[in-house]
Amino acid sequence: MNFNLMAVFPELLLLALAVVILVVDPFWKDSNRKNNLGWLATLGLFGVILASLLFAAPAQDQLALGGMVRYDGLGFVFKMLFIFTAAVSSLFFMDSEKLANRAEAYVLLIAATIGMNFMASSTDLVMIYLAIETTSIPMYVLSGFMLDDKRSTEAGFKYLLFGAFTSAIFLYGLSLVYGFSGTTQISDMRGFFGTFNPVSGGLLFLLIVGLGFKISLVPFHFWAPDTYEGAPTPVAGFLSTASKAAGFALLMRLFVMAFPQMAEHWQMLLAVMATLSMTLGNLVALAQTNIKRLLAYSSIAHAGYALVGLVANSKFGIESVVYYLIAYVATNLAAFGIIAVFQKSTGSDEIRAFDGMSRRSPYLGLAMLAAFLSLSGMPPFGGFIAKVLVFAAAMEAGWTWLVIVGVLNSIVGVYYYLTVLKYVYLYRMEGEVEEGHPIHSSRPAVIALSIASLGVIVVGVIFSPWFGMATRAAASLF
Amino acid sequence: MQFPIISIIVFTPLVAAVIMLMMSKEAKTEVRVLALAAAVFDLILSGWLYFQVYANPTTAYQFIEKVAWLPILGISYHVGVDGISAPMVLLTGIVMFTGVLISWGVDDRPREFFAFLFLLAGGVFGVFVSLDLFMLFFFYEIAVFPMYLLIAIWGWKVTREYAAMKLTLYLFIGSVFALVGALAMYYANYQMHGVLTFDMLELEKAGFSSAFQYIWFMPVFMGFAVLGGIFPFHNWSPDGHVAAPTAVSMFHAGVLMKLGAFAALRVGIMLLPEGAKQWGWLIFGFAMVNVVYGAFIAMIQTDMKYVIGFSSVSHMGLVSLGFATLNREGMIGASLQMFSHGVMTALFFAAVGMVYDRAHTRQIPELGGMSKPLPWVAVAFIIGSLVSMGMPGFSGFVAEFPIFMGVWQVSSIAAIVASISIVITAAYVLLVVRKAFFGDMPEHLEGHITPIRPLDKVALVTLCLLMITLGTLPGVMVPMVSQGVENVLRILGGA
Repeated sequence: MNFNLMAVFPELLLLALAVVILVVDPFWKDSNRKNNLGWLATLGLFGVILASLLFAAPAQDQLALGGMVRYDGLGFVFKMLFIFTAAVSSLFFMDSEKLANRAEAYVLLIAATIGMNFMASSTDLVMIYLAIETTSIPMYVLSGFMLDDKRSTEAGFKYLLFGAFTSAIFLYGLSLVYGFSGTTQISDMRGFFGTFNPVSGGLLFLLIVGLGFKISLVPFHFWAPDTYEGAPTPVAGFLSTASKAAGFALLMRLFVMAFPQMAEHWQMLLAVMATLSMTLGNLVALAQTNIKRLLAYSSIAHAGYALVGLVANSKFGIESVVYYLIAYVATNLAAFGIIAVFQKSTGSDEIRAFDGMSRRSPYLGLAMLAAFLSLSGMPPFGGFIAKVLVFAAAMEAGWTWLVIVGVLNSIVGVYYYLTVLKYVYLYRMEGEVEEGHPIHSSRPAVIALSIASLGVIVVGVIFSPWFGMATRAAASLF
Repeated sequence: MQFPIISIIVFTPLVAAVIMLMMSKEAKTEVRVLALAAAVFDLILSGWLYFQVYANPTTAYQFIEKVAWLPILGISYHVGVDGISAPMVLLTGIVMFTGVLISWGVDDRPREFFAFLFLLAGGVFGVFVSLDLFMLFFFYEIAVFPMYLLIAIWGWKVTREYAAMKLTLYLFIGSVFALVGALAMYYANYQMHGVLTFDMLELEKAGFSSAFQYIWFMPVFMGFAVLGGIFPFHNWSPDGHVAAPTAVSMFHAGVLMKLGAFAALRVGIMLLPEGAKQWGWLIFGFAMVNVVYGAFIAMIQTDMKYVIGFSSVSHMGLVSLGFATLNREGMIGASLQMFSHGVMTALFFAAVGMVYDRAHTRQIPELGGMSKPLPWVAVAFIIGSLVSMGMPGFSGFVAEFPIFMGVWQVSSIAAIVASISIVITAAYVLLVVRKAFFGDMPEHLEGHITPIRPLDKVALVTLCLLMITLGTLPGVMVPMVSQGVENVLRILGGA
């Protein structure tokens, strides 16, 4: 039996970091707590990335810890992505008054990250379910973290109800999978789902309900706008990036590894859901007046675009999805970060409130420009190459109609992303008083925004290292 | 390794844009000076590049640079110029230089204005020199989105939001369809030859099947030609011209529309020659509508910018018409017309902008007698008019005459119909000259028209001299362009 602890090296470090934070927290005075906690968490998380890259990069793919997890490229690439997201998010946590001086916020963030890491690497049904719950429960709490704010408690509660419901359905799907195959090990399932029948079709659907909820795919998306709107903005940012990427990691591993013989069926099912997500997400986003709800619908649409790559069900398809998620994570972190800074300074997250923003803070305006153009798929930002890759993968596999649906949708996207930029750059505040109303941003927020915005550009201009990571990840599935 | 002149030309504006964005927002003059310095530097380099190609005209691409970008997928940074693209690079350099001179007075956030303008310029340079299909799209989109911001932020208050969004959506829709076509070519080439590559020189040799070319030629060609203002997708263009600030109108009509025609040639005709032969008649028909219909619409406009905007639609129709003939004369004429029209429209928009800045109206009936306070502008506008109606001795004649020769070979009736447009063009530009620049000045404008700045004069003189030079000495451009066209004809013949 393989008992290689390196397979869970990042998670062990994360656990240690969480414990350290809890232990040292009571010894700090209130005045220092805010900064100390945030820097400890951030530097700790970056330290975990560094240490993992140095010591724990998998040389060859192998099952580890009794087949509970797989120590492979896919898991490792996604783990690094989650921890990076958590590190940047904790910088945004420092900027938020409600979260900054609460040790439990950082600990919950780290706990959710541990869960995501297992979502990306588990290969056993029991472990998969535990990983999902380990991710979800801290996220429910973080979403409802602002107890004195009705919208936040509503967000947390809604997320909890939907999460519990879909997770129960998912669990039922897992039990059926076990019933048919007699094993909980997904790499042993290949042979058991050879022929398609109504039961195995229903089983696929049950699994998609659970995972579709995590990546906010239509029709399991209803929680997303309310939760994003109500949750503290840095939490919403983390939820829309890392949590979604974790859902994709699990979806890819489960479907590609366990059900290769039923590929045509789940490809079709996912193609339909991708179409619905892109179309509904983009069309409803057109009508939004709140920036966080707009981004929620946009993230529903982006789940659809990324799914286009998975529908291709090829090595290139998986590579394109991983690349898409890398670009999307950087972009959405920047977008939510800007909104967090803006909201803290102005107290509003309505799109109307962005009037004259570029005059109030030119650099925040530019960061917004980069993030929103990247979301709309314009070069030289990450969103362009990411979209080209997923569409190319679908073309390669012969899904031309899905590509056409995708490009038509990206046109709709361009419209509402540019409309937001119109508020930022064109419109003036009432009375044209921008000079007297600058937007202040704290140092952690500036650092985090610089990292995210630079990431958006670097991913969009220099392709090879990121594509290399994507290739490494995809190689573990085929 | 040779001196990477093309890369320097492409990246100078991009780097300048980044530097500008990092400067203080109070440093308005410094930003302008930096912009001018970068523009002059690029103009000199592109002029040098032009004369290198002029001195050594061949059918092959020159100054090729190739660096792997994403080698696994066959994406590379691959640039080079030939007889068709070298004049376009020079044109971009000229418009960038004159555009900066004319925008000297922009006072609302000049830092962002010049930075976005230079991003646009960098994208345009990138498309003209790219020999890699992916890179072409990359720079093509970079050239499109700053237009939205430039028009929406600094444009004419009445229509800017509408026009900017309309323009962006039209161009984006066109480009995504062309992109789908490009991906189809990429995989078709892979299936036939087992190589993943976006290299256009490789794709030229792919030999796609007739059926494939028949399907994909129209999405690719029309997708790009939208930006060239081809009928029935020309509607965004006059609205965009009118709403844009002066320098952006110059860029838009002078360079950006050429980008569309150029990419339609490079990707549509050169990569899918069989498709071009099959669909040539339809493109020819669309272009005929452009030429004649555009001219008629221009005649009934009362806003000077709309006159020029529709005249651009008409003149760009001549470019598409020349390409659609698929013969030597037509193509040489079309390539020359791209340069000639680019300089001419830049001049027109510069002149109209100067009038508008002073009279605060562009309605032709409300203007008059502008030649007295603004003699330089009047002379420049008249020279532009002469070019526009194809007078011998000016660049318009050199460009349009071969186009009509080419059209005649295809269909003599079409040539006769198309030449009607020349008469109409003469009618509407002379009407503008008479009403706006001569006659009596309305009383409320009396004494309010301030003279133009010396920098404006430099810009006007530069543009006028170029048109006269090309008109009297066509030998400075025709030999190199015909070498470039030879290459296109070789591809068309070999298909």
